[in-house]
Amino acid sequence: MYGLLISIGVLLLILVIWMVYRIQTLISVAKGSDKKIATTSNKVNAALFMVFLIGAGGLMVWYSIKEFDNYQLPIGSEHGIVTDRLFWITMAVTGFIFILTHILLFWFSYHYQYKENKRAAYYPDNNKLEIIWTLVPAVVLAVLVISGWKAWSDITGPAPEDAHVVEIMGYQFAWDIRYPGADNQLGDYDYRLTTAMNSRGIDFTDKNSFDDFPAQNVVIPKGEPVLFKIRARDVLHSVFAPHMRLKMDAVPGMPTRFWFVPNKTTAEMRAELGDEEFEYEIACTEVCGSGHFSMRKTITVVEPDEYRKWMAEQTPFIKSNPDLVVDLPADLKELADIYINEE
Amino acid sequence: MAVANVSAHDVSHHDHHDHEHRENFITKYIFSTDHKMIAKQYLISGMFWAFIGGFLSVLFRLQLGFPEMDLSFLRPLLGGWIDSSGKLDPNFYLALVTMHGTIMVFFVLTAGLSGTFSNFLIPLQIGARDMASGFMNMLSYWFFFISGVIMFASLFLEKGPAAGGWVVYPPLSALEQAIPGSGLGMTLWLIAMTFFIASSLLGGINYITTVINLRTKGMSFSRLPLTIWAFFLTAVIGLLSFPVLFSAALLLVFDRSFGTSFYLSDIYIGGEALPNTGGSAVLYQHLFWFLGHPEVYIVLLPALGITSEIIATNSRKPIFGYKAMIISMLGITILSFVVWAHHMFVSGLNPFLGSIFMFLTLIIAVPSAVKVFNYLTTLWRGNLRFTPGMLFSIGLVSFFISGGLTGIFLGNSAIDIQLHDTYFVVAHFHLVMGSASFFGMMAGIYHWFPKMFGRMMDEKLGHVHFWLTFVGVYMVFFPMHYIGIAGFPRRYYSWTNYSFSDMYTDLNMFVSVAAIVTFGAQMIFVFNFFYSMYKGRKASANPWQSNTLEWTTPISPGHGNWPGEIPAVYRWPYDYSKPGAKEDFIPQTVPLSATPESNLPHENKLVQLEKEIMAEEGDVLVADESKGS
Repeated sequence: MYGLLISIGVLLLILVIWMVYRIQTLISVAKGSDKKIATTSNKVNAALFMVFLIGAGGLMVWYSIKEFDNYQLPIGSEHGIVTDRLFWITMAVTGFIFILTHILLFWFSYHYQYKENKRAAYYPDNNKLEIIWTLVPAVVLAVLVISGWKAWSDITGPAPEDAHVVEIMGYQFAWDIRYPGADNQLGDYDYRLTTAMNSRGIDFTDKNSFDDFPAQNVVIPKGEPVLFKIRARDVLHSVFAPHMRLKMDAVPGMPTRFWFVPNKTTAEMRAELGDEEFEYEIACTEVCGSGHFSMRKTITVVEPDEYRKWMAEQTPFIKSNPDLVVDLPADLKELADIYINEE
Repeated sequence: MAVANVSAHDVSHHDHHDHEHRENFITKYIFSTDHKMIAKQYLISGMFWAFIGGFLSVLFRLQLGFPEMDLSFLRPLLGGWIDSSGKLDPNFYLALVTMHGTIMVFFVLTAGLSGTFSNFLIPLQIGARDMASGFMNMLSYWFFFISGVIMFASLFLEKGPAAGGWVVYPPLSALEQAIPGSGLGMTLWLIAMTFFIASSLLGGINYITTVINLRTKGMSFSRLPLTIWAFFLTAVIGLLSFPVLFSAALLLVFDRSFGTSFYLSDIYIGGEALPNTGGSAVLYQHLFWFLGHPEVYIVLLPALGITSEIIATNSRKPIFGYKAMIISMLGITILSFVVWAHHMFVSGLNPFLGSIFMFLTLIIAVPSAVKVFNYLTTLWRGNLRFTPGMLFSIGLVSFFISGGLTGIFLGNSAIDIQLHDTYFVVAHFHLVMGSASFFGMMAGIYHWFPKMFGRMMDEKLGHVHFWLTFVGVYMVFFPMHYIGIAGFPRRYYSWTNYSFSDMYTDLNMFVSVAAIVTFGAQMIFVFNFFYSMYKGRKASANPWQSNTLEWTTPISPGHGNWPGEIPAVYRWPYDYSKPGAKEDFIPQTVPLSATPESNLPHENKLVQLEKEIMAEEGDVLVADESKGS
């Protein structure tokens, strides 16, 4: 049915175009305007540029203002405030140039349209002008780059010693979360140890892993530095937490990291937005296969006290599944049993 | 080899012409070594691929704009890729996106644009009989053709074509377990690209050689039209960067088929741990983007060159800052090789390297800005004729500004953290690279159609085509900025899984409708193109009253382009509206001595020199003739 309708539509469209085409050709031959250099259509095109400038410009301004709260995502991290400020400064600078150059482009097109007895100006160069408009963009860009570079260096610099570590491992098509437990040290891993039981390939001969525990979603404290240790098990993924202004690829064989300081708890954000459903989210932004679009994970930001309480309530891997450590050498097994038997 | 040195002995060889014109259908239209025919072959192939690439985008825009739509009516075409509930298969969605990118970037905007216009215009505008090697030129097209056949075949594989994005990052593209498209589809992709690279190199070597060696008398580098400068520099970029893509592809072939670990390391997939260790997925990204970024300029520079020429002609003004334009293009050429890692700020790259590439990237914005200001000044106080070519050129400038400015956001690594791989990037490169280059190509077709086919395209249809496409492109890509700022990731089959992106269904629907309308509007062009080829108004010798050499050839130039001697060149190509001159254009072939009324003071000094050279040339010719007889 659709196919029939579409083909009829296309056919009609072609017929209309054909008719219009024939008619205007005949008219232009009758008028003799096909021999002229510039006809009325020259004027029409010139005018349309002004129409476009005003129409499209108006549409842009209207939509940008109307939709501001929709496309401007709330910020959930301290560095996000910095990068967003940079974003909007850049927007102001480029927006000004965008509007200015487009006014010039379309105004010139309109104003200097062809006139029979007019002659264009012979104006092949002007070194002074050229130097000015090489230097001005260079200086403006230098300012933007330097402020960007400062922010970038701060964001990518080493994480503070006391940062709370969270491991995020991407695989087709989900994320696995691991916490280092009380020692804040993640146990080693080796991809060859991966099994159905040990999806993260944790090496339980490393005693740092004894207190490591899994989590369904990422829980982090507000106002304290958090270090995401990111890796992937199969193909490239990318951790993207849009509200945190955080993004880092997860690369098999090459662990990456990103540290940040969340600055609003989920509850605070819910109150601020008046949205009881609000969640900080993690998405994947490096194409990874058919489920690429569905690798959702949530982040819950809580007050530091609450965070510590939550941490204490979690169960280490080896406690919920003692089979993981049955094969350990005796001395390590003994140590592991302490964790397993702990109340 | 005959072609290369025809110019030396063509004068006395008129009697040979009868032999040379005996060509059959196959040598004339298929295995042609004539640069004009090869250009047309590239053009028609490019249009075919543009149609395929555009159609694929309509398919995935249907999914994005109307996720609830029942697509069963596409089953006759897509078969099993539409599931029983009428939904597009997510794997096939990725394949569509991948093939759309590959086809548009390489087959349309590299081969279709550069292949067409470099081939067509280089000999005609520099005053040469043909390319330096007609045979290599022919090979170049046929390698491209084979590449196209292989890529086209991959669309029909049971498991689908390559689907890891047009950048085909491993490990996704290396492991068939990861996505079905990484099986035979990816193998064919790699084979096709290998042929494509060979084709590009054969073409590029030819362009460079021809421009350096076969310029006519008087055609110094400082008198070359900006089109030729652009094609020349494009060929240089291609020659230096395509081999790196080849190496990237070759290592990927090894990893896929011969068990090496260049890009693979520590992978557990499909329930088994792979033996590969020690490879680096980021290495591939470095190699890929070492081509990938210059590739942006490979598609953009020819478009900018074409635009410079068309804007100058139709403004009836010299291009403003000819030298600055050349220096900008040189700057872009060099800088294009040292900015590639700005595609990789959050790939796990060392942040220090990131800072270096941020600085280098924002430097490249300066020559681009200079070019924009020069275009604007060229329009200023001009006498503008809005031919379709001119309209598309102005459209290009607009896209170049819009898309270029968003590059300043993305080149800034701190801002890029949020915007990387979102729709903001999609909007950015579709405007600055996709649409701008596409408009350059359209401008070129409308402008040089009379030279290609001896007939004019219909102007009014051209105007309608322009306005529908210009408005359409903005309606498609401008809204993507908002979607991108809101954080929507690209290559997503659906956004409803996340609450941050579970909105803008209306805007996405709008984009999809605009995309379909814009795609439909291209049919006006297709009609105009093929209809005018046979039934268009007959072109005059110099329909745009342009200065460059191609308009001194016969209306439909034959083999060798000029029936007699190749004209000599006495001035730069931009003497439009020169004060004192009677007409508002002075072709390059008019000697300075013939235009004393309009010569500038420094040109008057050159008149004497010119006369001496002409006298000398006259002697030589006379001597030659006496020898010949």
